Amino acid sequence: MSGGARTTTSGSDGGAGRSPIPSPHPPRGMETVAAHRAQERADSAPEANGRKALAIYLMAGPDTPELAEAAVEGGADLVELGFPFSDPLADGPVIRRAAGRALAQGMRTGACLECLADVRERVAVPLVPMTYAALLEAYGYERFAADAGRAGATVLIVADLPADERPELRRVQLVAPTSTDERIALAAAHTDGWLYLVTVTGTTGARERLSPSLAGLARRTRELTDTPLYAGFGISTPEQAAAAAELTDGVVVGSRALEVAEDGADALRDYVRSLRASIDAAVGIIG
Amino acid sequence: MLTYGAYGGRFVPETVIPALDELERGWRAARADDTFSAELHALLSSFGGRPTPLTVATRFAPGKRLYLKREDLLHTGAHKLNNALGQALLARRLGKRRIVAETGAGQHGVAVATVCARFGLECVVYMGEEDVRRQSPNVQRMRLLGAEVRPVTFGTATLREATSEAIRDWIGEVETTHYLIGSCVGPHPYPEIVRELQAVIGFEAREQLLAAEGRLPEVAVACVGGGSNAIGLFAAFVDDADVRLVGVEAAGAASLGDGRAGVLHGARSSVLADEDGQVLDAESISAGLDYPGVGPEHAYLRDTGRAEYLAATDEEALAAFRRLAATEGILPALEPAHALARAAELDAELVLVCLSGRGDKDLGQVEGR
Repeated sequence: MSGGARTTTSGSDGGAGRSPIPSPHPPRGMETVAAHRAQERADSAPEANGRKALAIYLMAGPDTPELAEAAVEGGADLVELGFPFSDPLADGPVIRRAAGRALAQGMRTGACLECLADVRERVAVPLVPMTYAALLEAYGYERFAADAGRAGATVLIVADLPADERPELRRVQLVAPTSTDERIALAAAHTDGWLYLVTVTGTTGARERLSPSLAGLARRTRELTDTPLYAGFGISTPEQAAAAAELTDGVVVGSRALEVAEDGADALRDYVRSLRASIDAAVGIIG
Repeated sequence: MLTYGAYGGRFVPETVIPALDELERGWRAARADDTFSAELHALLSSFGGRPTPLTVATRFAPGKRLYLKREDLLHTGAHKLNNALGQALLARRLGKRRIVAETGAGQHGVAVATVCARFGLECVVYMGEEDVRRQSPNVQRMRLLGAEVRPVTFGTATLREATSEAIRDWIGEVETTHYLIGSCVGPHPYPEIVRELQAVIGFEAREQLLAAEGRLPEVAVACVGGGSNAIGLFAAFVDDADVRLVGVEAAGAASLGDGRAGVLHGARSSVLADEDGQVLDAESISAGLDYPGVGPEHAYLRDTGRAEYLAATDEEALAAFRRLAATEGILPALEPAHALARAAELDAELVLVCLSGRGDKDLGQVEGR
């Protein structure tokens, strides 16, 4: 593991400080969006001080700004914002159903961008729209990236756009346990900010245990790149989040967060707090 | 990385990209291997019943020489077996012992269940609940053949959702499972594999028609859902500029006639979608055509003008279904009945129509109308 070496190479710690006891969420002022983006790219944010990043996925919708604020209060360092697609191949039943509900509420691309801007007004952490190529095809790839950036997005994730399709679109690339070293290197070379490790061979959704594939994938990827690695898919419990965080620089929780969010912002805040505490305890940070 | 002009490509999660690369390598190796084509040819003949005949339908189309390429007489009752046999051989070469597939009308599902029984492979078929209801004889057939049929209950509960679920299953089991896609859709190299395996329809018909009439058809007609029987028919004539190529879509599922460029099920093609790229519901009496997407090569052939695409309504297809039964003693499936509906009125004397499947499965549907 080369975690120590990597963190010292990030030239700026962006004011995030090196205190072993960080505040519940990254201490950032309300700078401009552009400053956020620059800072995020420069120091890859939370993991720069040993703290592991916690990303929470929420589906765009009327309640999302309030939910995102609760997630950040609970200790989320990053919010992924699902822009729903009617036929989401990478998603299991929870996110698929949430996408269906969001579409029924009229959450088309324009409304999702407005939702993103609303979230941006309420939280200072990086915001990452996660969607499918069909939406970008219809909206225009460059136009989508530009408008998302203007609305406050730090970067994008497109679940069904592997590294060799539309390589010119800047985005977070995904790698999976099935990826060859050659494909991991390709994804790492093209990724924007961090690399998304899909922990399971499968779709999104909670699993009983953390995927045994993650350790091998993280090790292979580490050997090929210094880019921060965030693990996602199949992580739902504080224990799983902690175990994944020990192997990577951050974890993404999606399906379970959506289920908890159905019970409201308070429930989500408590749930994120439990994830945060478990992750921090595992890596030796006392919360 | 698009495959057919502006269409095709691989719009799928990274998880399955290595499997697509492996499939492409395996496919190229198989194509170059004489024993593969010899085994496939032998199976198509001894197990499938190829060559299928060409039947002239003089009472159905008086004043024309309208020929039917009789894929309804292929084992299992539809052209789907051509593709299922070829891909099963391919799966075996790749060492995959589990097969997953989607089905709409159930014809592809039956073909897949059949080849899995023949080769001793595990078989899971996803089928929309609505299609399970309206194509129940095929569900019984698949189960008798040893396949597990998993009804898909969400969305429109038709071929569209069945395809999504089959792909999700494949994503989760990709190391042991071959996804045996039923049409010329999906990520590269599937559209090419399915076209090449269905091209036997066109090349056989071409030879048979030359023997019978001494000339090529003026027009070759086939129904288009995903478009596999059409692309297989067209493959033999696409270089003959004088042969018109006509695809007939269901009026309520005209992905080429009414669609826009978009992404569905792993490829960029012409899709029934709204201005935001969200996929719209298709609606057709024919479960096999009830699909909002279409093979990317058809979108390319449409744009280049090489093929033209018409539509037939449910009522027109039903009328053609009944008329072929009454005039020729042949019950067509509702899918090729769409092709028959337009073929009879085309301004051409020598017409070739792909009769892609038989209609026994549709009797319940037809009686109810």
